Amino acid sequence: MRIFFYRGLAVLLPLVALEALCRERIIPPLTLPAPSVIAIGLWGILAHGTFTAAILKTLSNVALAIVLAVAVGTAAGAALHRARALRALLEPLFSTYYAIPIYAFYPLFIVVFGLGDAPQVTIGFMLAVVSMIVSALAGLDSVPAVLAKTARVLQLGPVESVRSVTLPYAAPYLFTGVKLAVAYAFIGVIGAEFIMSNTGLGYEIRFAYDNLDNNVMYPLILLILLIAVAVNFSLDHWERSLRARRERG
Amino acid sequence: MRRLVENYPSLFLVVTLLIAWQITFWLVGRNALLPPGETILYLGKLLQTERFWGHIAETGMAFVIALMIAIVAGLAIGLMLGISRTAAEVFEPFLLAGNSIPKIALYPIVLLIFGIGMPAKIAFGAIHGVVPVAIFTLTACGSVPPILIRTAAAMRLTRWDMIRSVLLPAVLPDIFSGIRLGFSLTLIGTILGEMFGSQRGLGYLLMTAIGLQNIQVIMAVTLLLVIVAASVNGLLLRQDRRLRNPGS
Repeated sequence: MRIFFYRGLAVLLPLVALEALCRERIIPPLTLPAPSVIAIGLWGILAHGTFTAAILKTLSNVALAIVLAVAVGTAAGAALHRARALRALLEPLFSTYYAIPIYAFYPLFIVVFGLGDAPQVTIGFMLAVVSMIVSALAGLDSVPAVLAKTARVLQLGPVESVRSVTLPYAAPYLFTGVKLAVAYAFIGVIGAEFIMSNTGLGYEIRFAYDNLDNNVMYPLILLILLIAVAVNFSLDHWERSLRARRERG
Repeated sequence: MRRLVENYPSLFLVVTLLIAWQITFWLVGRNALLPPGETILYLGKLLQTERFWGHIAETGMAFVIALMIAIVAGLAIGLMLGISRTAAEVFEPFLLAGNSIPKIALYPIVLLIFGIGMPAKIAFGAIHGVVPVAIFTLTACGSVPPILIRTAAAMRLTRWDMIRSVLLPAVLPDIFSGIRLGFSLTLIGTILGEMFGSQRGLGYLLMTAIGLQNIQVIMAVTLLLVIVAASVNGLLLRQDRRLRNPGS
């Protein structure tokens, strides 16, 4: 309980300080409007519905990237777990993957796919899929060999053995993979929209910035922060309750 | 075959990727891609011009400063929160959330504060790099065996001595992993920072090439970035493993 109180303070105090600095015009409004002004602006934007299409576009692209990354990543992880030679080949790629600036490939995707949704989804997918593969591999590695053998001795079918042996062991790792995939999909899609596109939240922020339209830009940035933090916190909460249930049961 | 791959994984990977690149080129055609050979030749040609080295120096300088800021600030934040259990518990969710924020959305704010030019690039690179360094430091502090801390207390070490001679050595391997991640993210951040609101640097070069649909420049710069990022990361990774298994 005390923790939540401190956490609330840690959010509130800087906000109040910022509000005061902005109201006293120590921070000029052109650099940063007061937090209350931004919040009211966000409320107005949401109520008015100007950017509903852009918001939905971004969210649906992110969702698509997440679904693709989780499905492909889990399948690829399971396949690589069996194909040992291929896994040995790809292992160094996985360990360097996040050092590579994926955005640098974005122009190529635009040339290949055109300026639709595909390039953004591809970037989100590419950022997300590798963490899913790596997590799936780690999860499968965590299944003790003796249990896999037991499943064979008991002549469990493939579905049955995955359900009762593999999944219980791999689930925490898979969940970590999903969490990372969600974060990466957001970063990838919004980043790609920001760099070059013609729809979505990232694009709208860029457009507002280019036109020095602070009344739109700051509320939209706040919206992105709120969405990312809310998704992150709810996944965290879900993971915690899953783990608590596992430890009880 | 598997033995061979396991002994020289990076070599085989590079060959495989080059083959995949060439095949992709045959599939999508010259409008979207250059074949590997031509890209390498073009990069070689660029590397002989003085202007290209100017861009590299600009990016390199911004990157090095940003990385130093990210490491120092990340260590400071991580250690400060890591020393106190309550502080760690209060602030950890914020750090983790900071990791999942698309930081590119914050870029307009950075530009409005710092203006166009070097400081904005550095700030943007540092923002990207500081979070993983801080998170790894914080987690590492949490996993230090309590007995070490208690021993330090029993020996009446001052707080600063405790950090210097107990905490830092114990958390070094984990912090190094954080710095490795911070390295890549700072590089990405610096390049992204250069793509908007900059007149020089590799990111600026990429952005203008995108505007002109100049595939040659896009491919050559991308290749250069990938080579640099991958090889430095490989070196850091090797050092990382050595820190974790001092025996081998």
